[in-house]
Amino acid sequence: MEKILQVNDLHISFDIHAGEVQAVRGVTFDLYKGETLAIVGESGSGKSVTSKALMRLLPTPPSRIKQGEILFEGKDLTKLSEKEMQSIRGAKISMIFQDPMTSLNPTMTIGKQIMEAILKHQKLSKDEARKRAIELLQLVGIKNAELRMKQYPHQFSGGMRQRVVIAIALACNPKILIADEPTTALDVTIQAQILELMKDIQKKLGMSIIFITHDLGVVANMADRVAVMYAGKIVEIGTVDEIFYNPKHPYTWGLLASMPSLDHKDTELYSIPGSPPDLLNPPKGDAFAPRNPYALKIDYELEPPMFQVSDTHYAATWLLHEMAPKVEPPAVVRERMERFADIVARKGGKPRG
Amino acid sequence: MARQKLLEVKNLKQYFPAGRGEVVKAVDGVTFDIYKGETFGLVGESGCGKSTTGRTIIRLYEATEGEVLFNGVNVHGKKSKKELKELNRKMQMIFQDPYASLNPRMTVADIIAEGIDIHGLAKTKEERMQRVYELLETVGLNREHANRYPHEFSGGQRQRIGIARALAVEPEFIIADEPISALDVSIQAQVVNLLKRLQREKGLTYLFIAHDLSMVKYISDRIGVMYFGKMVELAESEELYRNPIHPYTKALLSAIPLPDPETERTRKRIVYDPAQHGYRDGEELEFREITPGHFVLCSEEEYKRYRAMYA
Repeated sequence: MEKILQVNDLHISFDIHAGEVQAVRGVTFDLYKGETLAIVGESGSGKSVTSKALMRLLPTPPSRIKQGEILFEGKDLTKLSEKEMQSIRGAKISMIFQDPMTSLNPTMTIGKQIMEAILKHQKLSKDEARKRAIELLQLVGIKNAELRMKQYPHQFSGGMRQRVVIAIALACNPKILIADEPTTALDVTIQAQILELMKDIQKKLGMSIIFITHDLGVVANMADRVAVMYAGKIVEIGTVDEIFYNPKHPYTWGLLASMPSLDHKDTELYSIPGSPPDLLNPPKGDAFAPRNPYALKIDYELEPPMFQVSDTHYAATWLLHEMAPKVEPPAVVRERMERFADIVARKGGKPRG
Repeated sequence: MARQKLLEVKNLKQYFPAGRGEVVKAVDGVTFDIYKGETFGLVGESGCGKSTTGRTIIRLYEATEGEVLFNGVNVHGKKSKKELKELNRKMQMIFQDPYASLNPRMTVADIIAEGIDIHGLAKTKEERMQRVYELLETVGLNREHANRYPHEFSGGQRQRIGIARALAVEPEFIIADEPISALDVSIQAQVVNLLKRLQREKGLTYLFIAHDLSMVKYISDRIGVMYFGKMVELAESEELYRNPIHPYTKALLSAIPLPDPETERTRKRIVYDPAQHGYRDGEELEFREITPGHFVLCSEEEYKRYRAMYA
């Protein structure tokens, strides 16, 4: 498959009064054409910072890309000037945010806001831009597009606003759409509609999606591949089946086990003790070790490298080292693992999403 | 064992004036009971009136119509200061936003002890602090935290402080209004386990309001589903998930994405259209029992059909 974006060893820090917050500490991943890569993690894990860095939306100072590269169409995005970046941002890489109210301008009509994005990047007349804007509104499932063009954001419901935001993001047929918790603020039924819309549009336009969320249900629904982030690093990456049915990292176990499953009621929920580390002083060794019931001695000394599980599946935990003791994951995770063999067999040995 | 009703909500209505003589019927005739020691889950989408129901029960709003009986005593209506205080002690609330619900200028000890002070539950300063320390330990914090301010805590820790504050006056009944929605997944499980443990230890009764249906199912004994100010279905949580009857409940359940890629690939979403009932004008809708303990808002005709299908 064709790689459309490569992120190599990305480090991002914020210089604040108290010192240097190492928000992203060496993130590496590829994005393939037409796929959806979900990045999951808790608040403060660095998932939003990573995605904003791809768009170069982080203000400098305080933020600083310390190290690493972001390769897109043969260019390193970390090295581009603001001017060069402007021809990519919104045109080739677009982003939608969590809160559709704050990402729209309340004083401009919807039509104007969509046309603005078109006119900025494409050589079109105003009339043509208007036509295109109407097409876009129809594409995202807004009825009476011509009338809706003249309305203001407050005349739209939350779900409708998010559709408008998606229309703006799609205005220039981007190669990559970054969606940062696009449905977190919406009700489940509206969320389902927006997710269906995004999948539908992806099929039509063939773009790649980076989907940032902490909701594992949404991930299971949307993703082809999943990257799990913790304390500024990707701790596990693999296809959606590998992450949900054959997870290897204890943090991924914890995330999956702390969701109530539909048939376990009387057992206490598995919970990850403690809280995420302070990235002002990242701990020595594996950042997850203090919260990890499976932590080994070495976890407090040395950071684990990425161990390969399959062609597509990698995890950074010493448990995968040949000398590590065998451990039993939580019961809920073991049940998932039992299903993995079935799923692989059914798909002819290829556990793909 | 006969279950004892702790709270009875009868035809509760809460209307808000919306200007120009119009009213918003946020809660429009809701009836349900909560038994002692159980967790009653209230779910629905934003704007369906679930939070308003909770707030009206605890009298943050004056009910427009209907009554709320707590241990047989009406919560609303004219009350002496003493009676009000007594009710306030027995009913407490935990809020959604652990950032907005704690006064940033008060220390954790003062926040937790505010109720103790108001109700005169501690005779001496030492006793008061002793209570605060105990409460902090109960919710999994420690006594060193007592003299700090809310901003020094993470979201999960703040929610624990909120829970300690609610527990301080030894209530019987706690309304938890989306207590975990603002928290990270790994922290949600911690708080839910804490709430469950406290319920076991202290025999608390909960009204748990949320839109995260999987968590509601996990924590609740019975669940009520609200839609546009009305309760459309009420059943034991297992039963509700296994045999949803009202089309809105079916739609809501079908919209939840589950952390299971296999089921997600085959999931069919059901869309709810209020027009699908085909109610005639003036047709009486009633909350009717289809199978024991399973109630659905339906017309006479639908009732017969549901009975034939499910009972």
